[in-house]
Parts: sequence; structure tokens; C-alpha cells
Amino acid sequence: MGPYLMRRILIALPSLLGISAVLFTVLALAPGDPFEELATNPNVPAEVRVMLRAKFGLDDPIWQRYFHWLMAMMQGDWGYSFISRVDVDQLILQRVPVTLAVIGASQVVALLIALPIGIISAVKPYSWFDRIFSTLALVGFSLPTFFSGLLLILLFSITLGWLPFVYRADISATGWEWWWLHLKQSLMPVMVLGLFQAASWMRYVRSAVLDVIKLDFVTTARSKGLKERVVIMKHVVRNALTPVVTLVALRMPAVFGGAIVTEQIFRIPGIGSLLIDAILRNDTPVIMGVTFVFSCLVILFNLIADLLYGWLDPRISFR
Amino acid sequence: MGTSPWAEAWRRFRRHKMALFSLGLLTAIVLLVILGPVVWRVAIDEIDFAARLARPSWAHPMGTDDLGQDIFARVLYGGRISLAVGLVAMMMAIFVGVLIGAIAGMSRGWVDTALMWLTDLFLSLPQLPLLLLVIYLFRDGLKARFGPEVGVFILIVMVIGCFSWMPVARLVRAQFFSLREKEFVEAARALGASTPRIVVRHILPNSLGPVIVAGTIDVAAAIIAESTLSFLGLGFPPDIPTWGRILFDSKDYLDIAPHWALFPGLAIFLTVLTINFIGDGLRDALDPRKVM
Repeated sequence: MGPYLMRRILIALPSLLGISAVLFTVLALAPGDPFEELATNPNVPAEVRVMLRAKFGLDDPIWQRYFHWLMAMMQGDWGYSFISRVDVDQLILQRVPVTLAVIGASQVVALLIALPIGIISAVKPYSWFDRIFSTLALVGFSLPTFFSGLLLILLFSITLGWLPFVYRADISATGWEWWWLHLKQSLMPVMVLGLFQAASWMRYVRSAVLDVIKLDFVTTARSKGLKERVVIMKHVVRNALTPVVTLVALRMPAVFGGAIVTEQIFRIPGIGSLLIDAILRNDTPVIMGVTFVFSCLVILFNLIADLLYGWLDPRISFR
Repeated sequence: MGTSPWAEAWRRFRRHKMALFSLGLLTAIVLLVILGPVVWRVAIDEIDFAARLARPSWAHPMGTDDLGQDIFARVLYGGRISLAVGLVAMMMAIFVGVLIGAIAGMSRGWVDTALMWLTDLFLSLPQLPLLLLVIYLFRDGLKARFGPEVGVFILIVMVIGCFSWMPVARLVRAQFFSLREKEFVEAARALGASTPRIVVRHILPNSLGPVIVAGTIDVAAAIIAESTLSFLGLGFPPDIPTWGRILFDSKDYLDIAPHWALFPGLAIFLTVLTINFIGDGLRDALDPRKVM
């Protein structure tokens, strides 16, 4: 496993470089000059402007500027928020745990829903159970998170009054009550995100199990006299999970998109809502920082998926 | 059998009841959106404070918003934009995807490797944050050049298209890999056909099935992407009511005017759902791997 992990990390590094290059290109191509204001200010003499441009390396060739920027990013020098006067990395670090908690919880919910339903659907294809849940999956898949979030708020907060619809980070209660209040306010965001992913995972699990269940080794396992339950759980599901892990990793960017929307609807103080606030207030360093963090998170989750993959199918880690 | 492949595909598509029903419903939505404003002649920006936040009635079938503007007229108008964004972004994605997939599929070696690396890179980009970043950086420039409506339209379509070509490219590449070894391609080559001719006349038409399926689903994805941007307040400007934008405006009035959010939300949901069902039916009809 050790060398396999090293190899995966070595493969992940170029993609991180690639993403940073894409980010930098977007930034460099954008119209507008950071020194625009100076250029129009008559109090700043032309030679000072030229000196400043040289000092900040604005006239260097583009690859040199990219290199400088990358070095600064790697050393944790992410700049300074124009609005809140705090270092960008501090600001992001405060917000990341909430986002990760919401995303993590929703992944668990999605897994708990999608795995059993997907497996049962595939074991009895075209049964009533399969038809109903396949249709529901397509419905859930077509219900955008921003609409399902509003529907849940309408039902549970406004009509029934059971759950709060604004997430509060500063709950003063302690002990059990603290946990209870947090659970109540996290329930809707986690469900919105979890159900949306469960809908697409269900389809993946179903088709992956259907592919495996026809194979010869499954017939062999059955003819050995193993119980159907053991055949499905030990022989079919474990082998079906490998393609599912890949597909789940591929959908990670979409999950982060959903998280941004969910954070915005329920006003959760995570990095998604930080990003939106920063855009609405033209806070460029924060925007760049958050986008970069999202990219790193995608790469990180891909890496985790690769590790799971190696665990599910040990042949891969020896190749 | 003597039936053309398209008739055969239609026969298989018809067996998917939900897809057939969805095709009818989507046609109705499209006709309503295109012809609706001709019949329902209420201006989208007619302000009437007397009818502020009114519930649905005969005068306003979907009620009114906080300025007393007719939501039905706004939903019809927004539908045109949402559907146009979906279609044009899909065409962009298909064009780029087919181009890259075809180049990668015809050339072996480092060109293929490089293009697939690029595809994988784009697949692992966090799309929504980047969409937001690009729109934030380029919005003002394009608005100044093309005006607020066209500028934002071009920007949104380009950006969504540029972030959704990857699955198509992978599909096309895989199709090319298997098709270019087939006997009929070899026969065409033996007859002296040039590579562009082989690609355009022989391989491309045969790899169209999965591309059509992917394209259908891309329309739904693009509509969701545009609505998401508008819902976050970063898509079209407030005076252009797309479905997502109406939802964005309505979300602070959920408790007193739920109809304001429900109708545009339902419009997005129904459009996306019917398109996805049609995609499902087309997959049964066109994807040769799943012949029943």
C-alpha cells in the first residue's frame, strides 16, 4: 500500500499544477489592471508607476509571473482580504470545518440510502421496487438543490415550524442541548445534499451490481451452496463497488457545487458562502483562495477514492 | 427487415412510456414558452403596487411578486432564456467534445495522451467555483461590449459549454477507438478515402448515438447550471427574469408568497425531468450496448 500511495500522490501533483495553471490563466486573461487607479490618479508621477509595476513584476513574462504566484501560494502567502482585513488563509481556515462537516455528513446519508436500494433494485431488476426507485432516482436527480432546499424550508420551517432555516454558528447551549440544536439545524442542509447525491449513486450502484451479477464466478458461488445473502454481499457487492467509487469521485466537483448552493440557502458559514460573499463584494484575493481550496479538496477526494479503490481491488495496488 | 435505423430507434423509444410522455410534456412546455408571450400580452416589468404579492388568480395565473409584476409573464419570458442557454451551451459542449474526442481517437501516441490528460484535468476542476470566478472577472468587460443581455448570454453559454464537453470527448474517443478498426472503415481506406473523409462520412455518423444521448442530458445540465448561477445572484441581471433569477428574488418572501418560488421552481424541475426521461428513452433506443 505504501508505494501505491506514493505513486498516486505523484500522479495527483501534476493535476494540482494543471489546475493552478488554469486558475492563473483565467486571472491573467481577465480585463482590468490592478494599477488602473494609479494610472488615472494625476498625483502619481509616471516614473513612480513604472517603478511600482517593476517592483510587483507586472511586466514580466507570463510564465515568470505564474512561477512567482505559485511560490507565494505554496508558502501560504495568499494575500489579504480587502473587506474583512484578515489574511485569506486565516479566513478560509475558519470556514473549512463547517463545509467539510456538511459534505461529509451528506455523503454518509447518501451512502446509507443509495447502497441498499441500489443493491435490491439490481437483485430484482424490473420489479415494482426497482421501477419505483429508478423513477424516484431520476426525479431526485432532476430536482436542483436550490429548489429542493426551498421546498424543505417551505414544508418544515414555514408550514410545520419544526426546524430552523437559518444556521447559527454561535449556539450558547451546552451538553446534550448543544448537540440537539446542531442536529436540528443541520438536518435540512445535509438531507438536501445527501438526497441529491443518493439519487445519482443509486443509478451507479444498480448498474454496477447488474454488470457483476451476471458473471460466472457468481454462478459458481451460488452452486457451491452459499446462501444468497453471502453471495450478494461478499461476491457481488465488493466487486461492484470498484466502478462505483470511480464514478463517485468523478462527481465530487458537482458535490462541491451543491454545497455552495446549500450553504447559500441555509446561510451556513462555510467556504461556499464565503465565496459568494467575496464575489458580491469584489474581494479578489478571497475568491482566488477559495477557488484554489475547492480545487485542492477535489484532488484530495480523488486521492481518497484511489486509496479506496486499492483497498477494494488489491490487484491495482500491485500493478 | 427493411426498416431504417431511425424507424427502429423510434420503435424502441416508444416502448419507454415515461420518455414518450415526457416528450409530449416537453413539447408543450416549449410551445408554451415560445407562443405564450404572443397570447399572454402582459408586460414582464409592469409594476402594480395594488396587486403586490397577490395569490394566483384569473388576472395573474401564477400570482405577482413584490412589485406587483405578473409572474406568469416572467416565467414565460425566463423560459425562453433558460431553454436557449441550455440548447446553445449543449451545442458548444458537443462541438468541443466531438472535436477533441475525434482528434484523440484518430491519433495515437502523445496527442491522445495529452488530450486525455486535459480532459481528466477539466473533469477534476471544481466547476461552480470556477464558473463564478470567470463570470466575476469577465462580466463587466463583456457587458460593456455587447450590452447586458447579449454579453451575459454569451459569457454564460461559453462558460457552461467549456465546462461540460469532457464526457462527450471521452465517449467519442472510445467510439472512434472501436470503429476505426472495423471492416467498413478498412474498406473505405482501401478504396483510397482520405482520413478526413473517413472520419466525416464513416466513423462520425456511426458514433452519433451516444453523443445524442449525452447531448440531451447536457441540455438539462446547462439549464440547471444557468439557474444555479442566477439563483446565486450572479447570472443574468435583475431586469432579465430567468427561472433561477425569479427564484433568487422570491426566496426572502417564502413565508408570505410561496407561489412566487413554486412556479419557476416547478418550471425548472419539469423541464429538467422531462429532458432526463427523454435522455433515458434515447439511451434505450440508440445505445447499441443496451439492445433489448
